[in-house]
Amino acid sequence: MFGTALRFVGNTTLGLLADTGALWRLTASASERLFIGPLRGERPRFRSTIIQSVRAGYDSLPLVSLICLLVGMIMALQSAYQLRQLGAMELVPSLVAISVTRELAPLLTAIIVAGRVGSAIAAELGTMKVSQEVDALTVMGIDPVSFLVVPRLVALVIALPCLTVFADVIGILGGMLVSVTMLGMGSSWYVAFTFDSLDLQDIITGLVKAGVFAGIIGLIGCHQGLATEGGAEEVGRSTTASVVRSIVLIIGADLFVTALFYLRG
Amino acid sequence: MNDEAPIIEVEKLSKSYGDHRVLDGVDLEVRRGETLVILGGSGSGKSTLLRCLVGLEQPDAGTVKIRGTDVFNADERILSKLRQQMGMAFQTGALFGSMTVAENIELPLAEFTELPASTRRIIARIKLGMVGLEDSMDQLPSQLSGGMRKRAALARALALDPEILFFDEPSAGLDPVTAAGLDRLLLQLKKAFTVTLVVVTHEMQSAFAIADRLALLHEGHFLISDTPDVVRECSHPTVRRFLDRQPPVAEGGAEKFREFIDRIDL
Repeated sequence: MFGTALRFVGNTTLGLLADTGALWRLTASASERLFIGPLRGERPRFRSTIIQSVRAGYDSLPLVSLICLLVGMIMALQSAYQLRQLGAMELVPSLVAISVTRELAPLLTAIIVAGRVGSAIAAELGTMKVSQEVDALTVMGIDPVSFLVVPRLVALVIALPCLTVFADVIGILGGMLVSVTMLGMGSSWYVAFTFDSLDLQDIITGLVKAGVFAGIIGLIGCHQGLATEGGAEEVGRSTTASVVRSIVLIIGADLFVTALFYLRG
Repeated sequence: MNDEAPIIEVEKLSKSYGDHRVLDGVDLEVRRGETLVILGGSGSGKSTLLRCLVGLEQPDAGTVKIRGTDVFNADERILSKLRQQMGMAFQTGALFGSMTVAENIELPLAEFTELPASTRRIIARIKLGMVGLEDSMDQLPSQLSGGMRKRAALARALALDPEILFFDEPSAGLDPVTAAGLDRLLLQLKKAFTVTLVVVTHEMQSAFAIADRLALLHEGHFLISDTPDVVRECSHPTVRRFLDRQPPVAEGGAEKFREFIDRIDL
């Protein structure tokens, strides 16, 4: 009984380590293809990158807008509930603006994109892997990492910060909508207070986060996809694993980056 | 022509999955322009051997040299160049599902040549014409039948006019008529181009139809590797069993089966 438990822990640890190793190798080879490849005269894959950017960014706009609008509204109501007791309702715009730009917009956008795009990448590459399409690329002499992984990764690193800026604006608009209609604030007053309280630093913090999150989503999605072996069931498992792992890593990285900015002042 | 160095040289190739030894010191030479058919039952290691030949699977020991280049110790760029001279048709086609049939064939041309799109399209049409699929150019692979997919895969493998063509199970999963059609297509291609053909199959009929040389893989090594006529007359018991389609000699027979049934806990 004890032996079985020990074996389970051992195997799980070994599996996790092997997985981390493979993820690290993928990161290294993708960076090499991306940064050193062009120096060796490899053509960057612009067309494919643009197609992937549209898929990751433009197609995510409606969902990101809806969620961020609602969260902006909720934030305004929640902060009003607290601030009313202190008689400090004029702090609502700044609270909404700062929490949305520094935290909520990048985090929620990343989680939405992990669910929408990261999972799609894992499923697509996983299906290609199990139907030997990845092997076919290799045999042709086309490197799967530069053909499949790099365009998706670059697309996400471009699209996610753009989506985050968009989410910032929509989130603040959501806060304003509630403040004007339910809390009796003037819209020009709200906008003025928002701009007053918002630093460029706040937006940059959010964008740095978005860049890191994009890397996580892209690499985990591609890694899970390319590591798929077997059949349809494994594709499903890879897809789920990509979303779960992305979200866990995103929140971990969020804490790390937030702490870093906090310590730097 | 036979005096030249072989185009494919395999030496002492071994590969195990866990405790199971799939390839056990395989030696093989393929001459330029030759059609070699690797025969073997399910699980005899023939697919693994093919995957090792094209560099998809890293062997535990041994070397594979293609045109003198060691596939497992070559620089990535040299390997990529080498691969452009090799084509492989996969068992289920492995066509890119997101592209049309024509785009599948244009992909290697777009990657490795400077040809303009219109020329690539013409070449795709020619290659598809060779396999009788010019009417399906703009269909997606999912709209094709199994036999058509294999033919499209063959056309894609031929896109860059390779010197060596690998074909994994050309007749598996096809009806006899379609399978025979594919065999005839391979023979025609062989006549038209000086392509070295390595085919892995378990279908006796198509093996004898297309082979210059037959090699029978059994439990990780070759039992025989010779011309179809010699193989047909071979008296080795395992070879004969394979040729005569006899099941392996049962050990214990009915008694063992009864024992097995009893052991299953109902």
